[in-house]
Amino acid sequence: MQALTNRAKPVDRRPMTLLERAYLPAIFKGMSITFGHMFKKAPTISYPEVTRPFSPVFRGLHILNRDEEGRENCTACGLCAVACPAEAITMEAAERQPGEEKLYREEKYAAKYEINMLRCIFCGLCEEACPKDAIYLSETFAPANFQRKGFIYGKEDLLIPNPVTEPEAYAKAKGGRVVVK
Amino acid sequence: MLLSIDLALIVEKLVLIVVVVMSSLVIAMYATFAERKVAAIMQDRIGPNRAGPGGIFQPLADGLKLFFKEEIIPNFSSKFLFILGPSLAMLTAMMTSAVIPWGDTVTLFGREIHLQIADINIGILYVFGVVSMGVYGIMIGSWASNNKFSLMGGLRAASQIISYELAMGIALIALLMVTGTLSLKAMVVGQMDGYWNVVKQPLGFLIFLICVFAECNRTPFDLPEAENELIGGYHTEYSSMKLGFYLFAEYINMFISSAVMVSLFFGGYDIPFINDGHMVEKIGQNWMAVAHVFMFLFKAFFFVFFFMWVRWTIPRFRYDQLMNLGWKVLIPLALFNMLVTGAVILALQ
Repeated sequence: MQALTNRAKPVDRRPMTLLERAYLPAIFKGMSITFGHMFKKAPTISYPEVTRPFSPVFRGLHILNRDEEGRENCTACGLCAVACPAEAITMEAAERQPGEEKLYREEKYAAKYEINMLRCIFCGLCEEACPKDAIYLSETFAPANFQRKGFIYGKEDLLIPNPVTEPEAYAKAKGGRVVVK
Repeated sequence: MLLSIDLALIVEKLVLIVVVVMSSLVIAMYATFAERKVAAIMQDRIGPNRAGPGGIFQPLADGLKLFFKEEIIPNFSSKFLFILGPSLAMLTAMMTSAVIPWGDTVTLFGREIHLQIADINIGILYVFGVVSMGVYGIMIGSWASNNKFSLMGGLRAASQIISYELAMGIALIALLMVTGTLSLKAMVVGQMDGYWNVVKQPLGFLIFLICVFAECNRTPFDLPEAENELIGGYHTEYSSMKLGFYLFAEYINMFISSAVMVSLFFGGYDIPFINDGHMVEKIGQNWMAVAHVFMFLFKAFFFVFFFMWVRWTIPRFRYDQLMNLGWKVLIPLALFNMLVTGAVILALQ
């Protein structure tokens, strides 16, 4: 039969020589290999204390952004929900009342904004669709919960900390992610 | 007067027994930890490091876990034998430590105390006797489990230990011909002045070492356990601390057989390249004895490490390979070694 590739190797079925049957040389060889591995550095990352550095375009959990004065960017236009291939985003819009100018940047805002993290495929299309720079994917990942309903993130989970009142938490949440437009 | 001396002797021996037994338990405990750490380091991992600094309390956590686990005795098992199995395994593992010379004498409270529980003149035969009893623990436990995998494990253990005991015994005869004594203490003293026995009996040592691996059911001869063929072998049905006893007995056996190997072939508590007479004058006899004990433990720990090193290097033998190696290779080799040793001794006379 014609071989498909020229990489086939014949199997050596010769009986073992005396040296091979003595096992000991092979065992010593193996033991020197394991001994050598004792001095190698373990590639382990001790996870909760140390985290792996991510690529600057890593897509983790979503964040709803605020501007420098701490006002929510989102205007509940619904483009992200339309763009979402997994249909993970739902929202309800509301009109800004007088006196709420410090809370919302524009006249319309999202009264309810939910992302189902079990449906989300972290593709980042919502981020690309958003005209207001209101939603982006952060470096945080691995959400954990005991119940399915815990994975439906509301506004209180998604909203970034206020940069005016909590600048440190804001910087931490913002992270070093590079948004490629 | 006579009675008071005897009482002091009994107290002395009791203290020694408690110290030896407790320390071998602690050493066995930390041997489980060392096993996991050695495995991890050899496989480029970190290993257990969460319980305490560097994972130092891991064995305590493991022990606690075993104590709190539900104790299951299968309905279809023979209860008495089921409990007897692990107890016997543990007992025989501990009993061997009685004849091992841990060090020289110390003088405390005006008494000369030998750092050996019993210096009986047939020490090495005692070790052999007790070690052969060890297989009963495994056999009884596996039989009482009434489980085919356990029984297979027990059968394998029995046939393996009997096969390898022969080669071990013959290898030892050659050593006895060289040393001319059966007492472990006398053997160690003999090695302190001259060469270590491993120099005189390298082939004997190699055979002995391989047989010790088989006797301890350690990889590459861990067929009685064989996780992936026999789902744990003889201790499949065991749970809680009874399982712990079996696992513990394995590690105690490992430590004790390392200690026996050190006493037989590696000069026992002899510190190499140091003249003991000069050292005793310098630091006193008691401190010398302490140094001896540490030297002994150092050597024994090296062998424990060696056991682990081999375990994480080579895979398990097949059953027919095991029997071939035992009967067709090691026994003829041991006989040959014995004959050559005898001829050399005869020629030197």
